[in-house]
Amino acid sequence: MNSVASFTVPSVTHAAVNAGDLTDKVTIRNLDFFYGDNRALKDINVSLYNGKVTAFIGPSGCGKSTLLRVLNRMYDLYPNQRATGDVSLDNENILDPAQDLNLLRAKVGMVFQKPTPFPMTIYENIAFGIRLYEKLPKSELDGRVQRALERAALWNEVKDKLGANGQSLSGGQQQRLCIARTVAVRPEVILLDEPCSALDPISTAKIEELIDELKEDYTLVIVTHNMQQAARVSDYTAFMYLGELVEFGETAKIFTKPDDRRTQDYITGRFG
Amino acid sequence: MNDQHTAKAFDSDLQDLSRMVAEMGGLAEKLIADSVDALAKRDTALAQRVTAADASIDELQGEIEEKSVLTIAKRQPMAVDLRDIVGALRLANDLERIGDLAKNIAKRVIALNAEFPPPKLIRGVEHMTDLVLEQLKLVLDAYARRDVTKAMEVWRGDEEIDSMCTSVFRELLTYMMEDPRNITFCIHLMFCAKNIERMGDHATNIAETVHYIIEGRPIADQRPKGDTTTIPSLRAAELG
Repeated sequence: MNSVASFTVPSVTHAAVNAGDLTDKVTIRNLDFFYGDNRALKDINVSLYNGKVTAFIGPSGCGKSTLLRVLNRMYDLYPNQRATGDVSLDNENILDPAQDLNLLRAKVGMVFQKPTPFPMTIYENIAFGIRLYEKLPKSELDGRVQRALERAALWNEVKDKLGANGQSLSGGQQQRLCIARTVAVRPEVILLDEPCSALDPISTAKIEELIDELKEDYTLVIVTHNMQQAARVSDYTAFMYLGELVEFGETAKIFTKPDDRRTQDYITGRFG
Repeated sequence: MNDQHTAKAFDSDLQDLSRMVAEMGGLAEKLIADSVDALAKRDTALAQRVTAADASIDELQGEIEEKSVLTIAKRQPMAVDLRDIVGALRLANDLERIGDLAKNIAKRVIALNAEFPPPKLIRGVEHMTDLVLEQLKLVLDAYARRDVTKAMEVWRGDEEIDSMCTSVFRELLTYMMEDPRNITFCIHLMFCAKNIERMGDHATNIAETVHYIIEGRPIADQRPKGDTTTIPSLRAAELG
């Protein structure tokens, strides 16, 4: 008998596999964040699993970018912004005032919405970051630059013009250059804040493919407004609303049968 | 709950799909009733009309598929919306099959021509038809109202149709054993009964789809089974 019991909606490609052997890379507990008196994050509790892609979705102003900015203490650059609670990277509290921020930002790399190549050569865009943390002989540095560009699937397109200005590349290439720059310093966690929102569909597909490859070595966090993109690239999805974490779970479940009404309304486009 | 999409055109896309499915359901109901009517009244002209009308059900199914594919491409639906569209596709499939089965009954009416079984024998088939029509009406209503309780009632109700089919089978069997000249129309009638039983199965499928649309998961229970004509012991008893 052909029955509906044997069919399900095609699940998203990268649905989480074995929930049994997940380890926390980043553990966020009771996190609050304030812009002055404005409480932008309210008691966030969530784990980012090692080697997985976690997507944060939610309407503008829900706090997802704020949360990313906490993960590498970017907010420290601004006065009147503070975080309370506990955010551990490999069991070490990164909110600790004694935390070495340079080291933290080497471990937790970030890619922004708009490609931000430095106004220097392609080669220097990558080498610059490496030199900040390591003193390497030229030959070794060359190798590191090449590997980073290969990792970001950009090497073949730029290998003959490493001396060209990074800003001469197309938008999609610039974004991959930024990913290469992030990867070059060998981070453990990569934060992607709307990495494809300024890119055309083909560049977007390349970045998504790259995210898929990168998760073999890194823990990735992506903030995106593109729901289908979150469904395609992530293993876990967190829905945030008004500074709260509403729902967190396996991506396949969040996008097919979310538990919370607000999540459902948001992903189906019913939010007022 | 917020029932409306921010993009209102998406709402009307989904409403259109539901409306087309409902229209198909109405057509299927009419075909079933007409085909069995033609059988009972030996009305070959009506039977001819049924075979012709099946085309409009097929056409509607094509339109539903086209609209579904277009809506998926345009809106990239998630969660309940996606299930709604996948559900419409499945319902259209089941209803199209029901149309085919009704058409098959009509074709048998035409094939039987003047050689008709006694009305007593047809009564069992008519009774089955009443049950199936009731089931189909209920389940289409459950779909229109997105009423999972009602859908489950239909799902459980299929058993009765199945057992009716078994008793028609027994009756026809004795008739055929009495006089081999009865075999032709009894076989035709048995196929008609089986067609109606299959329609009941499609109504059950629809109930499962309605459950899936609303709940996002299949029904956990085993499907109830009342058709015992395929159980070997019964067959042996009847034939032996």
